This record gives sequence, structure tokens and C-alpha cells, in this order.
Amino acid sequence: MDMEEKEKISGSEILIRSLIREGADTIFGYPGGAIMPVYDALMNHTDSIDHILVRHEQGATHAAQGYARASGKVGVCMVTGGPGATNTITGIADAMLDSTPIVVIAGQITTDLIGTDAFQEVDFTCVTQPISKWTYQIGSAEEISRVVARAFFVAKSGRPGPVVLSVTKNAQVGMAEYVPEKVEFIRSYDDDPEIDMSAIEEAAEAINNAKRPFVLAGQGIEIGEAQEEFRNFVEKADLPFGCTLLGLSVLPSSHPLNKGMLGMHGNLCNNVKTNECDVLIAVGMRFDDRVTGDVSTYARQAKIIHLDIDASEIGKNVKADIPVLGNCRKTLKLISDRLNPAKHTEWTASFEPYVREEYEKVIDKELHPASGPLNMGEVVNAVSEASGHKAILVTDVGQNQMMASRYFKYEEKRSIITSGGMGTMGFGLPAAIGAAFARPDRTVCMFTGDGGLQMTIQEFGTIMERKVPVKIILLNNNYLGNVRQWQELFFHRRYSFTRLDNPDFQVIASAYGIPSRRVADRAELQDAVREMLETDGPFFLEACVAEEGNVMPMIPPGGSVDNMIMEC
Amino acid sequence: METESLYTIIVHSENFAGILNQVAAVFTRLQVNIESLNVSASSLPNVHKFTICCRTTEKNIDKIIKQIVKKLDVISAACYTDRDIFSSEIAMYKISTHVFDGSDDLNVILRKYNTRVVEVTSDYIVVELAGSSDEITALRDEFQNLGCIRQFVRSGKIAVTASNIEKVSEWLDRREKVRTERSRIL
Ligand SMILES: Cc1ncc(C[n+]2csc(CCOP(=O)(O)OP(=O)(O)O)c2C)c(N)n1
Ligand SMILES: [Mg+2]
Repeated sequence: MDMEEKEKISGSEILIRSLIREGADTIFGYPGGAIMPVYDALMNHTDSIDHILVRHEQGATHAAQGYARASGKVGVCMVTGGPGATNTITGIADAMLDSTPIVVIAGQITTDLIGTDAFQEVDFTCVTQPISKWTYQIGSAEEISRVVARAFFVAKSGRPGPVVLSVTKNAQVGMAEYVPEKVEFIRSYDDDPEIDMSAIEEAAEAINNAKRPFVLAGQGIEIGEAQEEFRNFVEKADLPFGCTLLGLSVLPSSHPLNKGMLGMHGNLCNNVKTNECDVLIAVGMRFDDRVTGDVSTYARQAKIIHLDIDASEIGKNVKADIPVLGNCRKTLKLISDRLNPAKHTEWTASFEPYVREEYEKVIDKELHPASGPLNMGEVVNAVSEASGHKAILVTDVGQNQMMASRYFKYEEKRSIITSGGMGTMGFGLPAAIGAAFARPDRTVCMFTGDGGLQMTIQEFGTIMERKVPVKIILLNNNYLGNVRQWQELFFHRRYSFTRLDNPDFQVIASAYGIPSRRVADRAELQDAVREMLETDGPFFLEACVAEEGNVMPMIPPGGSVDNMIMEC
Repeated sequence: METESLYTIIVHSENFAGILNQVAAVFTRLQVNIESLNVSASSLPNVHKFTICCRTTEKNIDKIIKQIVKKLDVISAACYTDRDIFSSEIAMYKISTHVFDGSDDLNVILRKYNTRVVEVTSDYIVVELAGSSDEITALRDEFQNLGCIRQFVRSGKIAVTASNIEKVSEWLDRREKVRTERSRIL
């Protein structure tokens, strides 16, 4: 036994075994010189690790993000050094802002050559330090087992985030003994802050005394797998809630207390009630400016309770009267235990007029136009309905994203994957690929725009090669629509470089063997959606939508939450 | 405009490569100038201590502290006013002696500030002063006015807290308890 344990193997082999030990079964990657030894070792383990060859390293990071968000596991991507590494930067920054656990493994030149401007030398740890949760350069084979264990622990614990490992060539080829490691504790890093029970008592008391309580549900609930704790919390004390973009699927859209989305293009009632409630309870969200609008007029009247695991979020944008630091799965339960069952019938009923107003002024027009071209909203609605509201929604960025998040409905948790904090165009297609690998049991519907699709369209190749069953819905308005909308509203309709002269997307899809259909006619929409969902494997549906449609309602930039414009 | 004040920040971190960079990046991001920075070993094994002075607003200092603490390998960061700490600085002055030819002025100054003479040559002397930041600046100004200063360097403020409680040690003790608890569960 001892003989075997002392056997020396290559750093590359150790790396792969360490990944397997951490439960990695899927890697999104792209090889190159500085990572070749690891790729060579990978060939010995194709029975335990599925490597998906993407077509651009940015796609690998977004796919890993999609995988992580859909599964709750750590997403892994592997790239070479130099340009392969720098191509991952957008995904790393995106994962940082959206708290997505990914581990990026990048090759690096031999330690001896570092500092000489050798071929493809980039100081990758330095470049990624401000955009990652942890970044580390591995200089020897002996370190690998421990560092990989630490990387996974850091990525998934506490407030999750991206970890970057830059693995030198000498570490990859060096020989060492493989000693399996597990990291569950880092003394300088408090991944599970101790809960202050007086804060819990105070929060419960404030909620028990509230007449007009309102809850803001963030992605922290999904990350902490606290959906049931959250359900119990809101149901026990009859607390209406609005969701952030990333928190939309924490509870089913049909839940009576779920009032929909918050923020710039969120639902009117939520934004109005934010400035009318007496107690505002934020759970696992960070008061992003797209949620608050002008902070100086945001919920001034309310006592604010902020539940978050990240101490640096508390008091960052909005002052918390009662900060509740800790894992919300625990804090929600502790607070719920102290809540008196309550009913706020009059208060919850007071949301209704605003729901009606938004329906009449915005939603009804978006979903049921009498004539004219298709609207984005009605396409989204048709897909959501036809999939029984059970699909995973992935979006790109722009009007398509806002329309998808406004009109898609959710029945299951972990059902929205979108680039929230960064707003990265090109995120959608690769993220959908990742989600499809994470959840082969679920339908993945990806909405994108004509601009964003072209930023990572080469991932059609990945879809072709692996027959990835993603349903791609292009909401084609022949514009960088989101920017065009702002130009229309705030720049006197001067459409500076937002018109797109587009290719025939169906021809592109067919070049990759992806079945497709184009729909422009309202009468055909249902059938087109049905065909898409009934087709096994990938499908590309291009919906030709109104070129100058606008996402409404809207809090104008710098405006106050309760001052949404309803039409323009 | 919010008013700026001078803050002293004390950071404790693990002793790994690259942490200075991470800590400094927090200041760069907010475009806050570091007035002085000292990094050294602390009384705790494998724990490094940073003493950082910067001039900024109250709002920024709060962000800075939270973002420094958030760095994975940082153990603690806190901000102090002069009342909460004992602080000191050391400076060296290289002074041309020709200006003082025949007069006793130099000796008077050196004695007034309680300096230590490190070296005397026919051309210059090197003196050292340990004291408050203000004293060090005052001496520099005096030499500068006489036009005799050839080189000047100061260490940056170093500080120990005045409190009876050693917060960092206590925090590390609590962390050790967590470590033991977790290994027991596993
Ligand atoms: C990588 C990147 N570049 C630029 C932007 C700025 N931007 C945000 S939305 C948008 C327009 C998106 O156009 P399209 O993909 O066609 O979507 P639409 O808004 O028309 O639905 C642009 C350019 C961005 N968010 N990301
Ligand atoms: Mg468009």
C-alpha cells in the first residue's frame, strides 16, 4: 500500500485527479501550448470528466457560469496562457459581480521564464486579482492538490465567486506524490459569519410590528439554497416580496406573495411600494443602482433590515437599520421562528391598483397588440406558456433580457441565468450551453438579441458538435435596441451607430446544422414555438420583432424608484 | 464636497506574496492616495501588519476598510483616530554643515528636537529623529528654511492600539475554535 501511495505522478495528472476529487465532472475549455500537459492527462480521464470544447475562451467562462448557476455546483473552465487566459477576463469579471462559483484554470509559462516577456507571457494573477475572489499562480507540482482544494472551497463557500489558477508549465510536468487534500477552513476568511442573535431578535420584532412590510428577494436565496426557508418566512407573516433580476425564480411566479421584478424595468407596484412600506427586508441582495434608482430618495420612510453573508455589502449603498450578517438559510429560519403569524390583507391589496395600471398601460399592449409586427413580450410569453413555465431561462443582454425577465414565468428554483451585474453581451449563448450540460433533465430557453448573438455566435460550433439541446430564440429588431431606446428617450432620437445590418441568421444556423425557423407573423407564433420545443436537440427560432419597441415601464437613470415612466 | 481627514488604518494579513498588491488595489480603485505605508512582521507568528495613512472622506474610509477585510488572505482591517493609538515615525536627515560655519545654530536645533547623530563628516552630518509625524515635519521645515538639507527620508507612521483588548489575537482564537469545531463535525 505504501509503495503505491509514494508513487510520483505528473502535476497534470494530480491536477485532473484533484478536480475529480472536488466533484468536477464537466470542463469547458480550449487547449493551447501552455496547458498541453494537462490536456494530455485529461485524455486518461474522459470516463469521469466530460470536456466540452468551446469555440472561444470567453464562451468557456460563460458556459461554466451557466453550469454553476443551473446546478449550484462549481463550474470549471480550462484554457491556455496568454491570449487564452486574457479571453476569459470578461467571464471572470461577470462571475465576480454575479457571485458565481467558477474555477478558471489557465496555463502559464515555465517559472524560469516568468519576467522575461517570453512568448505568451501575461501576468495573469496580477491581471485577475481585482476581478476574482482569489487568484493564485501554482509554481510546483507539490502545491497542486492543496491549491485546487482551496480553490473549490473559496469559489463555493461564503459569497461565491470566481477563482483563477495560473498553472506554470513546470508545475504541470513536475513529478510529485499525489496527496488528496480537503480544505474546509481558511482562518483569514470567514465563510460563515457567526450570527448575532440580538440582530435576529430585533429583526423579528420589527417585522412583527410592521404594518406595511415589503421584502426584496435576491440571488443570495438561490445561492444559499434557502428557497424553502424563504417561503416559510414570507408565508408565516404574510410578507409580499419583489425579486431582483437574479432572484426571480426563488419562488414560483404564481406564488400569491410574489409581486414580480424590482428595479429599472421591474414591476410598478414593487417600486411604488418600496417607497411606501414601513419595514423593508432585503434578503441576499445588494441594492444595485439598477434596483434603487436615486438612492437619496430610496425607501427613506422605511426601517431597513438587510440580510447578507457579505459584510462589505451591508451599509454599502443603503444604510441598514438592522444589519443581519450571516448565511440567509440560517438567518431566515431564526427570524421565522420568532415571527407571529400575521395577515396584511389591506396592505397586500394595495398593490393591486398598480398591478392593474401596469397591465393596462404596458403589459396588455405588449402581449396583445391588435396589429403590427411581433412584440418581444408576446414571443417570450408564448415560449414560457408553451414550456409550462418550467424551462430554465437564459438571456443575453439588452431589451431581449429585460423583456425575457419581465414576461417569462418560473415554477422551479434556479431558473434564471442572466448577466446581471456586468450586463455582458454575448453571455447568453455559451451560458445556455453550460446550463444544458448541468441540467439535461430540463428545457433551456435562451433569448438573445441580434447584437449580442453575434458576440459569441461561434458557439454554434459547440452546439453542433455536442448536439446541445438549447432552444435559441433571437428577438431580432435589427438594432442595438437597448441603446437605441436610450437614444430615443434621452438623446433626441439620434441613433448613433445602433442600426445593425444583419446577416441571414438562419443561413448561419443551417451551416452549423441547427434546425431553424423564422417567424414574423403573429398567427404563426404558437406553431413556431411548438415546433421549436418539440424538436429534439438544438433549435434556432428567429422572431422578427418591432424594430423600435421599448421596454416599459422604466425608472429613468438617476430617477426615483416610485417615479416610473409608463409609456413614451 | 465632503471633508477629508487623515486616517490611520491597521491591517493584519497572512504572510503570502501579493497581498500588498491586493491591499493597495483597494486604494487605487477609489483613487485615494496613500500618504504612508509600513509593512512588517507583527507579534503574531506568520501574521503581517500594515500601517497605512491616507487622507479621504468618512464614506470612502468605510468602503476601504470593508473591501480590504474582504480580501481572502486579510485577517483584519480597522481604522483609528490618533486618540486610539500610540504612533511614531522615524526620519533621517542628511545636512550640509557649511551653512553653519562658526555658529552654534546646528547644535541648538539638534538638541531642541532630541535627535540622534548617526554620522559626522567634514562635509555633512546625518541625524535621525524618532517622534511624531508633526515633529519630523517641523524639523524638516527648519532645515529646509536654512537651505542645508541634502537628503530626507521618513518611515511612515507605525502604530499600536491603545485598547486593553488585543482584538486580532482574540479573533484568531475564535477562528481556531471554528476550525476545531469543523474538524470534529467532519
Ligand atoms: C459587451 C458589451 N458591449 C456593449 C454593451 C452595451 N449594450 C448594452 S445593451 C446593448 C444593445 C444590445 O443589442 P441587441 O443584442 O441587439 O439586443 P436588444 O437590446 O436589441 O434586444 C449594448 C450595445 C454591453 N452591455 N456589453
Ligand atoms: Mg437588437
